[in-house]
Amino acid sequence: MKIHDVVIIGGGIIGTSIAREMSRYRIKIALMEKEEELAFGVSKSNSGIIHPGTQNDPSSLKGKLCVRGNAMVREISKELGIDLKEVGELIIAFSEEEKTRLLALKKDADILGVPGTSIVDNVWLKKNEPNLNEAAVAALYAPTAGIISPYRYVYDLAENAACNGVEINVDTEVLDIVRNSKKRDKYRFEIVTSKGTFRANYIINAAGLFADEIASMVGIEDIKISPRKGEEFILDKKKEHLTEHLLFPLPSKKSKGILVTRTSDGNPMIGPTAVDIDDKYDISTSDEGFEEVIRSAQRLMPSINEGDIISYFAGLRPACGDDFIIRYEDDLPGFINVAGIQSPGLTAAPAVAEMVLNILKTKGFRPMRKLFFHKHRKRTIHLFDVTFKETKRLIEKDSEYGDIVCRCEMVSAKEIRDAIKRGASTMDGIKFRTRAQAGRCHGSFCTCRLLEILKEETKKSATDITKRGPGSEIVKGVKGE
Amino acid sequence: MAAAISAYENGIRDILVLERDQFLGGILNQCIHTGFGLEYFDEVLTGPEYADRFEKKIRGISGIEIRLRSFVVDLTENKVITYLMPGKIETVKARALIMATGCREKTREMVHIAGTRPAGIFSAGLAQKLINIEGLLPGKEIVIVGSGDIGLIMARRFILEGAKVKAVIEVQNESRGLLRNMIQCIEDFEVPIYFRHKVSKIIGRDRVEKVEIAELDGGPGGKIISKKVIECDTVLMSVGLIPENELIEMAGVRLDKNTNSPISDETNKTSIPGLFVCGNAFKVYDIVDTVSKDSVEAGRMAAKHLGIKDEG
Repeated sequence: MKIHDVVIIGGGIIGTSIAREMSRYRIKIALMEKEEELAFGVSKSNSGIIHPGTQNDPSSLKGKLCVRGNAMVREISKELGIDLKEVGELIIAFSEEEKTRLLALKKDADILGVPGTSIVDNVWLKKNEPNLNEAAVAALYAPTAGIISPYRYVYDLAENAACNGVEINVDTEVLDIVRNSKKRDKYRFEIVTSKGTFRANYIINAAGLFADEIASMVGIEDIKISPRKGEEFILDKKKEHLTEHLLFPLPSKKSKGILVTRTSDGNPMIGPTAVDIDDKYDISTSDEGFEEVIRSAQRLMPSINEGDIISYFAGLRPACGDDFIIRYEDDLPGFINVAGIQSPGLTAAPAVAEMVLNILKTKGFRPMRKLFFHKHRKRTIHLFDVTFKETKRLIEKDSEYGDIVCRCEMVSAKEIRDAIKRGASTMDGIKFRTRAQAGRCHGSFCTCRLLEILKEETKKSATDITKRGPGSEIVKGVKGE
Repeated sequence: MAAAISAYENGIRDILVLERDQFLGGILNQCIHTGFGLEYFDEVLTGPEYADRFEKKIRGISGIEIRLRSFVVDLTENKVITYLMPGKIETVKARALIMATGCREKTREMVHIAGTRPAGIFSAGLAQKLINIEGLLPGKEIVIVGSGDIGLIMARRFILEGAKVKAVIEVQNESRGLLRNMIQCIEDFEVPIYFRHKVSKIIGRDRVEKVEIAELDGGPGGKIISKKVIECDTVLMSVGLIPENELIEMAGVRLDKNTNSPISDETNKTSIPGLFVCGNAFKVYDIVDTVSKDSVEAGRMAAKHLGIKDEG
């Protein structure tokens, strides 16, 4: 049985960031994800905001890693060929009392080293955010806020990590972890999974909502993940220029509040709510959440109306106390917990990966750097973001670029096939990678074509094709069978 | 096809038909039930038969060029059309343009149904295509939301395929569909239909497991009187249709925000001279025969716009 130097548990933004960072070294790394595809847990419902680092306690890991991550992601996004749109954020104050709180936030931001923040007045706001509620008196402006596609970020990190030798295992659930005390063996842990047993010297627990269950397998009981649900509502792209910046109210103790933001694909988005729940699988949306989000978003931007909403979803933040937990377990050499990574986890991810590696290096882990690290990844082609001239060139090179499958978002058969070749095996995987089914018809027109292409490329039968893994089969039967 | 044939019959000789699908006939191809053509042909036809009448005719006219698998990606105010085909991208300028782009179905998201987003939620039209064209059965225990005609027809279709239709949920006091569909698809098959009810929640983690329905006092917008849960594996949405007009919006045609139809005083006309919209893209019609009649009119209007003398 092959022995891995490092096993990373969890294929979300944290696990894949760590995998890519470690793939710079001459070590054997395996990543395990229990879902059918990567980013299908917490990461898939991330709002995609690259936070500047404001709204964090200056002494917190969250604050420090967010500011560092924000600086790192610029380079990473270029290396991976993924769009990072720098749009800047505004935290809005509606009274003189709230304005005082802005000053306190600015002070914290300055201590953390958030670049370029300033307080702007209502004259500035009227000029630069014409749709903002006129009652706003001032805002804290942070220019380094940005937006990125959270799942494409995960897929691109994983693809680059795989290109540098990381073994990516999806649909692989960790069932148990056994310590190996035999000194002569070159591994410390046996990891029993749904796809067989792995042996590793180091384990990095980046299991998101389930980090507590993984920790518990090796007897660590002080990590308890409490899911905190957030409902998000997406508006029609026709409203793309509703806001120029990401708009925040003043933060509460529990969350950054209900925001008016934009997805990386240009749809305005409002939300999220923040409700503590018990069930790690409950991603239902509610009428109450809808009311709350609409009401709060209208406070920032009165012109938002219900009819603009074209889609909605809920996600769970893996909350665990107030800060991130990034901890080498001295009582359990080789085991490192990376837990409670909720907002601003997407931004902090590269800095989290860097910190994990640095911790390991202080604990006797001395890997050698590879001579050749493939840091660049070829940019994924999306017809919706290239010019007609480029489209023409692509079609002449490969005729399938001219075969449009998803009419609402303009996705070609070639892009769908590429997505499958790069790892998509489900309908949601295709949607996250290509945007097919993500438009206004919600897949009514393209589902049949997608099923057909998935059948061809994966050699599965129609009844085995799922939305997001076993149990979510799209159809129940085939004629004549 | 009706508009193109009419344009030809009214004297236009240089006609291009762009169709994004690999067949002519559009949605009619999946409508294998009967009831088409009563007004237009004075006969009872299925959807594919109805489309075939037009296809045979149009294929026989050499002045009409048909391009399949052609997807329009750009349209300007000056009627310059850019379209993709497998292997090429082309640009053409039209002197008159008739848009016959049809309509799409409203989604679960547009009526804001709370709950989860598992597999098993389909628009009625998608379910129809899966069964009639692909030979796939979307589910076995069905709840239909809304009583539009496609929903009613699909209730019967599912029953004929051996599935069980547990309920049709309609928020209004009466069906939105045609009386003949209410009788032939619902009453004749004893499908339970709940008026003044809405689906308040969809439940299920990976696949739909059940829906929660709520009885509303007096219908839409009314207070909830009672709630009830129905087990099912499939939810079919049949809550209305919207004209598909994103291309003409791109060209600058003014659209009604609520209906997505062109704002116009006269059927088929838009705010851009020489740019006509016919059929369900102009407004959602009950039956295809009226669509064909108004499309014939659009062909005539295009000829008139080009200054070709009315031969009739």
